[in-house]
Amino acid sequence: MSQTSTSTVTRAEHKVPLMRIARRNTMPHLQAWLIRGGGLLCALLMGALLIASLGHNPIAVYADMINSAFGGRIGFNETVRIAVPLLGAALAVGLAFKMKFWNIGAEGQILVGAIAATYFALFQFDNLPRPVLLITMGLAAAVAGGIWGLIPAFFRAKWGTNETLFTLMLNYVAFGIILYLQSDPWRRPGTDFPIIDMFDLSARLPRLFGIHIGWVLVLVLTVLVHLYLARSKQGFQLSVVGQSENTARYAGMNVGRVIMRTMLLSGAIAGFVGFMQVSGADFTLNETTAGGVGFTAITVAWLSHLNPVIMILVAFFIAILERGSIRIQTTFMIPATIATVLIGIILFFMLACEFFINYRLIFRGKKGAES
Amino acid sequence: MQPAIQTHNLTKTFDQVVANDRVSFDVRRGEILALLGENGSGKTTLMNMLFGIYFPDSGEIEVGGKEVSILSPKDAYDLGIGMVHQHFKLVDILTAADNIVLGLDTGALLNRKAYTQEIREISERYGFGLDPEKKIYNMSVSEKQTVEIVKVLYRGAEILILDEPTAVLTPQETERLFVTLRNMREDGKAIVIITHKLHEVLAVSDRVHILRKGKSIATVNTAETNQQELTEMMVGRSISLKIDRPVCEKCCDKLDIKGLNCLTPDGVKALQNVSFTLKAGEILGVAGIAGSGQKELCEALAGLYPVASGSVMFCDEDEGKIELAGKTPKEIARLGVSMAFVPEDRLGMGLVANMDMTDNVMLRYYDKGKGPFVDRKSSRTLAESLIEQLAIVTPGVSKPVRRMSGGNVQKVLLGREIASAPEVLIVAYPVRGLDINSSYTIYDLLNQQKQKGVAVLFIGEDLDVLLELADRILVLCGGQISGIVDAAATTKEEVGLLMTHVPGSDTDKPVEEVSSS
Repeated sequence: MSQTSTSTVTRAEHKVPLMRIARRNTMPHLQAWLIRGGGLLCALLMGALLIASLGHNPIAVYADMINSAFGGRIGFNETVRIAVPLLGAALAVGLAFKMKFWNIGAEGQILVGAIAATYFALFQFDNLPRPVLLITMGLAAAVAGGIWGLIPAFFRAKWGTNETLFTLMLNYVAFGIILYLQSDPWRRPGTDFPIIDMFDLSARLPRLFGIHIGWVLVLVLTVLVHLYLARSKQGFQLSVVGQSENTARYAGMNVGRVIMRTMLLSGAIAGFVGFMQVSGADFTLNETTAGGVGFTAITVAWLSHLNPVIMILVAFFIAILERGSIRIQTTFMIPATIATVLIGIILFFMLACEFFINYRLIFRGKKGAES
Repeated sequence: MQPAIQTHNLTKTFDQVVANDRVSFDVRRGEILALLGENGSGKTTLMNMLFGIYFPDSGEIEVGGKEVSILSPKDAYDLGIGMVHQHFKLVDILTAADNIVLGLDTGALLNRKAYTQEIREISERYGFGLDPEKKIYNMSVSEKQTVEIVKVLYRGAEILILDEPTAVLTPQETERLFVTLRNMREDGKAIVIITHKLHEVLAVSDRVHILRKGKSIATVNTAETNQQELTEMMVGRSISLKIDRPVCEKCCDKLDIKGLNCLTPDGVKALQNVSFTLKAGEILGVAGIAGSGQKELCEALAGLYPVASGSVMFCDEDEGKIELAGKTPKEIARLGVSMAFVPEDRLGMGLVANMDMTDNVMLRYYDKGKGPFVDRKSSRTLAESLIEQLAIVTPGVSKPVRRMSGGNVQKVLLGREIASAPEVLIVAYPVRGLDINSSYTIYDLLNQQKQKGVAVLFIGEDLDVLLELADRILVLCGGQISGIVDAAATTKEEVGLLMTHVPGSDTDKPVEEVSSS
């Protein structure tokens, strides 16, 4: 009898699953950030493997990327120029995401903002003094972007439509409007090319330390959004709506109004980013004005855990990658898409980190070690 | 005799929390074993290990004397172990029989006639009285539960685990369930029933295994024990089970509800012609089968559920009567009516699970001060004083409330509501899932409010508690009031009857459940 029982024990031991997943309680902040740092390191190692597989020296490539992003005044300015709209758009989508409203329409909101600003830049520049013109352009952009954000919010609040599809579709509408404006109504006089004229000097944003003043504006915006989320009544309302609409109703909040108000703000910030792009960076409007910033901003927002202050760092980091990838294209003939791949790898590792922060794995045969 | 199932030193930890600590117990064939323990004592974890949902960290399970490892519910079924969960998993538009065979490997073709017949036989053998061809949506809660039990039997289970099966039943339905359980026992099945209701343990079980804080305390023969002894083993010390009922002092009318009608979003009547008066300084208990309109009643009074017709009059001493029906919570507050509501869904409605205690307290006050910014400081002070007054156990006011235990979560919610000095206090299932100690703290708090002259509406599920605590009991049945009785003069049976029948209605059949939850 005892003999059979020992044999069943070994058989049962063998049937213990190889690996099990168990939820962790909470991890200290420091440990969590160490894991995230480790994830980043792993991602860079993976990237290094990729680069090595293309036949290049990863260290040299990484060094060149960093060098191009920081080396010299032009390099640094260029990096900041990429980071500004990324940060702005991340603030915009971050507001919506905090409310669990999946605004993937920042791209379109940027574009309509840019369109509104461009109207004043092209047709009102000689009627208005420069400061008034710039302020009008900024306001018009914010209003246009805000309306673009409000439309899906209105339908969601009234009829519960799916905002993901709605905001996505509005991107194409905004894009289509630009193509139309380029092709005829706003086409540069005297040409057949679908191209819009460059802005008058008075419609361009002034510079500060060699970069258009948008970098100051976006930093101010970051502080404002941070205060709005952390301290204001409206910010509290949108957090509650994001966590539980039922609780929000219970606490006497008008859920529909909170959704519409937040999206108005989110769209307005994105629209303002559009203004900064046309007036500070491009000095004209074309189909690449947004250039995917509205989508990359989603990555920035999530990697920052929707924290506006951390968004500054993440936006800057992604800007380094983008800037660096342009450089290595010329020096090493590595395709620029490598940066996209690298960002993808980093994002993947960061998401995996969250798994390891929330769960732990238990392997077979480690049972004794646990107690 | 060989036990049907036996565990040796089963241990399961969730991170630092030891849910089961070397639990050893056994069930024999032809016996009903009650697994008794407070919420959080590890009953469900233990059963989930037997049913293959969790895998134990250490310890062994023996089925029929052989050691086994159960990796999934399918393994459990193969070993003849079946579980009836608290929440039913049925497809509404299918018949009972279809639900029972659903998910079984029946091959490409269904022989509906054969399995319907087979199910009918099982039903007759144990006296379930189940019609296999009845659709689920036409069934009452107890019928649905029957389907779940038959499902387990049809799959050949010899060992049945029932997780709090009586929580959703009326006293009469509970009695019927016990009859069928006894029939199954006579047939040689091993039955484990999880419960925390002592009188049920005494009524139906042969032996009781008591768990406390994840540890096996004792196994006793039901015939040789009593309620007091079981409570002491369950709680760990002797406590009085008596609930106070102070006399109403300042009894004046506070809420006057007349002809209240509410419709579900599908247009079904959730509340039908509901009229009653809630007095200041009383606890009005509300009894009824789950889903009889309790939720709609609370929410309609609190301004959270649309009112189709009828009136809710608030009787103010100075300003006379104020109409509340159709107003939002904000409008009600603006009228100067202080109403507090502790909803059934604490973390999904009353609180925000991911926010800390300060923010959750602030939920009620965030809009009070002037200016665009919130005043977090005074909410923090209030949260800290609540912790002190109600002995709330928490790692701190800045930890998410979802990390707190059920009893402490409820203290935060009820404490916050009481701190707003309400005139009307609506509490829905305030002690659900709470251990005995916390439950009695809640009863005391409610009695204090009552003595202060607050009008308390108490939605309950445990009739024993309602009979002891409430002054009057309003019984809901299918969205209608089937009676309002004096709690001191009525009996459990009378209330139980009212739960299923509206007196004067021509139909003798149980009124169908009006469910929205």
